[in-house]
Amino acid sequence: MAIKADYLGMPLNLDDLDAENLAYFQHCAEHNFHLQQCEGCNLLRYPPTTACPWCMSQNSKWEPVEGKGAVHSYTEVHHAIQPSFKGHTPYLVLLVDLDTQKGRPTEHEALRVVGNLARPDGRLAPPELVRQVGIGTRVRMVFSDVAQGLALPQWTTDEGIAQPAKAWRYPLE
Amino acid sequence: MPLPAEMDASSPKHLRDKYAIVGVGETTYTRGSGMTTRALGTWAVRNAIRDAGLTAAEVDGMLSYQSGDSTFATFIAGDLGIRLDFFMDVFGGGSSTEALIGIAIGVIEAGMCKTVVIFRAMNGYSQVRIGGTGARSAAPVSGDMLHARAYGWQSAGQMFSFTFMRHMYDYGTTPAQVAAVRAAHSTHASNNPKAYYRKRVTVEEVLASRIICKPLHLLDCCVETDNATAIIVTSADRAKDGRHPRVLIRGVVGRCSKPRIDMHYQAGPISTVAGRYAREILWPNAGVGPEDIDVTGSYDAFTFTTMLQLEDYGFCKKGEGGHYVSDGTIRLGGRRPNNTSGGHLCEGYTHGMNMVIENVRQLRHDADDSCPVGPDGKRRHTYDYSEGGCRQVQRCELTANLGWATPGTGSAVVMRRG
Repeated sequence: MAIKADYLGMPLNLDDLDAENLAYFQHCAEHNFHLQQCEGCNLLRYPPTTACPWCMSQNSKWEPVEGKGAVHSYTEVHHAIQPSFKGHTPYLVLLVDLDTQKGRPTEHEALRVVGNLARPDGRLAPPELVRQVGIGTRVRMVFSDVAQGLALPQWTTDEGIAQPAKAWRYPLE
Repeated sequence: MPLPAEMDASSPKHLRDKYAIVGVGETTYTRGSGMTTRALGTWAVRNAIRDAGLTAAEVDGMLSYQSGDSTFATFIAGDLGIRLDFFMDVFGGGSSTEALIGIAIGVIEAGMCKTVVIFRAMNGYSQVRIGGTGARSAAPVSGDMLHARAYGWQSAGQMFSFTFMRHMYDYGTTPAQVAAVRAAHSTHASNNPKAYYRKRVTVEEVLASRIICKPLHLLDCCVETDNATAIIVTSADRAKDGRHPRVLIRGVVGRCSKPRIDMHYQAGPISTVAGRYAREILWPNAGVGPEDIDVTGSYDAFTFTTMLQLEDYGFCKKGEGGHYVSDGTIRLGGRRPNNTSGGHLCEGYTHGMNMVIENVRQLRHDADDSCPVGPDGKRRHTYDYSEGGCRQVQRCELTANLGWATPGTGSAVVMRRG
């Protein structure tokens, strides 16, 4: 069934034909991250697609995946363009390499999951937390609840694991 | 630089030197054109036809590209009384110019038409803001876009910054090195009366400008302008009768992509861009290498895009792009100037076409700077590159344009003076 929701004042819509995204976000709404696993070659993939980018199989199943990884790259937005984010600057958009399947199928590939730096409750992180995260920071997945059947996966610093001595940050700070 | 002696310039392989650009034209570069994209497009196409010394009856093909923000070939042709044997409006922005030059060659070669005009018309400031602000930024977020826009990750600068930032991490590229691109292009623009921003800026001024999204300062980002641009492609034989020295197309590669085009950040290394793949088509097609090129036109949506492409097309070693763009090489008077018009950072934003137009003029030895015009109507270039002066590169024989859509997709064309 189609979803029409509101997040930070921004309309988020999912069409009722969009089976892949509906299933993905339903798992997120249950705070139980799942990705499609190919039934042909067994590789996981992100974000949802209609076939396997490695073997073209159209058959997949939803598999639970641990939401843990390290920041591969990031941008820190100071000039938001979307009205919904203007009140939240500076905010971080993180590209996170999941530990699961890192370096497969080739050494430079990973399941790279996009999300904001958030507090453990899923709200966007305040500036004092934004300043502490960079490339290499270990993060764990949390969720921003949006509506029935829809939550956004987000990232928060993983306090339960040893962090690198110094995460890499943009040099002019 | 002269062509390498061992290359056979008449080789039919990949149609090398068999097609030419015979006309270029543009409107003014403004903010607030006060007219429709249809009026802008008509103006630029008319200028290109007049530049080529052609009549409307001698143009029988038309291509354009846009992203739902412009008029169509049907209207431009209708307004100018051009009867078409072929036309097509293609979806897309940056990287389209070079790709459409290749398509134009293909349709002429297939016998579908003889002479193709390619145009891009846009009110990139006063209507559909290219930076993504305005109506585009407030639109509902649907379907696949939930994995991006719902995170405040929407504009080109935001989307590309993972790649830019990772290049700094992987190779130690510094903000000051990359800011040198803006400084160089602003120097070039100061000698281009058409440029929207003609003021020279320093590396320090770039770094002192406010942060948009790290690692991009305001002055690392291109200008948004209203304008239209056009170029005309025909066979080298037909081009013999043109008004200008011929500009021959040596080789072309179009919308060449990294794996996972839709999600370039999935396929690593993310600090490598599509030029890594495109160069393996471009240089063999052109029969020359980066060392032979006199002037480059590396797309400058951002300072970083210029640097990344020059590096991955092989103008320097991988990882040394920051050094290459900051050691004087890319400035007028340097070994291989880049975007001598000022490019997207300073002249105006056209999704790539103005940088091809500039290199056509460089190859004609007819850059439209402020140098005096002689009684024969030709400019007397002084090669004095001080502010407000000349911007013609001496003995310009070979150019390379490197177009950019995203880190994952690029196009390129090598042209020579014929």
